[in-house]
Amino acid sequence: MKTQRASWLYLPLLLMAAFYILPMYIMLSTGFKSFAEVSLKTMWNLPTGIHLENFQRAYEALAPNLWNSVRLVVPAAIISSILGSLNGFVLAKWKFRGADLIFPLILFGMFIPYQSILIPLVEFMKRINLYGGIWGLVLTHVIYGIPITTLTFRNYYAGIPVELVEASRIDGAGILGVYWHIMLPLSIPSFVVVLIWQFTAAWNDFLFAVVLTKPASWPVTVALNNLAGSQIIEWNVQMAGSFLAALPTLLVYIFLGRYFLRGLLAGAVKG
Amino acid sequence: MSLSRDRLISIALVSPSILAVLVFVYGFIFWSVRVSMSNWVGLLPDYSWAGLANYRNLMHDPRFHIDVRNTVIFTVLFVAGCLALGLILAVLLDQGLRGETFFRNLFLFPMAISFIVTGVVWRWLMNPAQGSRISGLNLLFDKMGLDFLINQWYTTPYWGIGFIAIPAIWQMSGYTMALYLGGLRSIPDEVREAARVDGASEWQLYRYVILPLLSPITLTAMIILGHISLKVFDLIVAVAGKQLPLDVPAIYMWTTTFDGGFYNRGAAIGILLLLSVAVLVIPYLRYTLRTEAEL
Repeated sequence: MKTQRASWLYLPLLLMAAFYILPMYIMLSTGFKSFAEVSLKTMWNLPTGIHLENFQRAYEALAPNLWNSVRLVVPAAIISSILGSLNGFVLAKWKFRGADLIFPLILFGMFIPYQSILIPLVEFMKRINLYGGIWGLVLTHVIYGIPITTLTFRNYYAGIPVELVEASRIDGAGILGVYWHIMLPLSIPSFVVVLIWQFTAAWNDFLFAVVLTKPASWPVTVALNNLAGSQIIEWNVQMAGSFLAALPTLLVYIFLGRYFLRGLLAGAVKG
Repeated sequence: MSLSRDRLISIALVSPSILAVLVFVYGFIFWSVRVSMSNWVGLLPDYSWAGLANYRNLMHDPRFHIDVRNTVIFTVLFVAGCLALGLILAVLLDQGLRGETFFRNLFLFPMAISFIVTGVVWRWLMNPAQGSRISGLNLLFDKMGLDFLINQWYTTPYWGIGFIAIPAIWQMSGYTMALYLGGLRSIPDEVREAARVDGASEWQLYRYVILPLLSPITLTAMIILGHISLKVFDLIVAVAGKQLPLDVPAIYMWTTTFDGGFYNRGAAIGILLLLSVAVLVIPYLRYTLRTEAEL
């Protein structure tokens, strides 16, 4: 029965695959063309060879912004993961009174449309002199990352047997000892999930970046959008630039995809 | 003694985060509400009281009407498209075909990319030019003899916003598929076998047995996708820039506040967006956390 059905089922699958590959194809095939063969008329043709001119031009235009993105996402991902782990640990294994009330309040922060806090956020950043630069953006990503990182870690820690905690407390370990010697080593996989997720989220963010940073600190998303809106930069360079902007998260996805998927599903609240 | 010390440490560990969320989420929402009830226009803050005037003005604002209409069209197409495509892909991948992992990864990879990249690429794929300047998908259709598919994409009068749903579906349907696939995998084989023994055809099996079992997933997906579509912003900006026919509340808020200086109106739009998301998300959170507590 199954083998009979199998063959024709590939038809819709391949059709859908074409739909998903199409943008990737146009990004790469255009990127690898030489300036001479770039033309809207032949945009679907394969490149005649491997040329890197488009990527070089795009890199020249986007390099400072790509580095801004790196300087943004690395601290943002690390700090919000550490905070999430501490919160998740306490909320799962060391509940204080009111913890069950606090958790949904934190979670809601993950869903809010950021337009509803944007004006106060900008005003606040101006007042503490973090407006315009990278560090204000790092702080923003750390704080608005707390809900999802807390959720992921809490769900993970909740699955660890209470007996482990109790056993080590009988052995005289305090809360920090339990965290450091038991929970932290066990949660390395969760750290990978959360780091990847926060890396991707911060790398791909546009709204916070466009509102909070000045051109010198623009991460790559804002710069790319600006590039695409300009009349001077050719579309082939835009395609190559899009690929450069997508490459870091794509590589993470290709090599650590399993973890990426887990992070995604954690966002659906149920871990 | 040591217990109460640990208690203090536990509170010390979480209080910076809790405080930060309380200030940056709830404090800032409250602050926005205050701005939305002020007369603040221009760079200098002006907190003089305006009551609900900004909200009333929005109700009579033709641009806001366009925004609401666009959001409704976009949301319906985007959510329906993602659910349908996600379900179909999940069912196809659940048939135990070879190459399943490859296809699953292929359908999911757009999730790793930013809406800006997606938008910039689709802007060229959905190039509305026709005739001698034809390009993008229109050119592809022309070459394949599918000329009847050639269209104006997001520049189509009135329905343009609906075409923005295509890249959005491209990006998010893989996620919906992953949700459904997880649900399909959790249905025990005995359920399928029992239905087959009772003489159900494959279609009946999916329609009357499996689909109802997947309804919690459909609900989850609808809420996640619905709240994403209410917030849609960067994708539209990257595809089409800021243009009135494709305006949505999130873009209106951005331009009126930071380009126009109408902080009062921008804050009101932000709060309305928040309310519309809250209506979706709060019951959902209550439901999920309660069922979780019962487990």
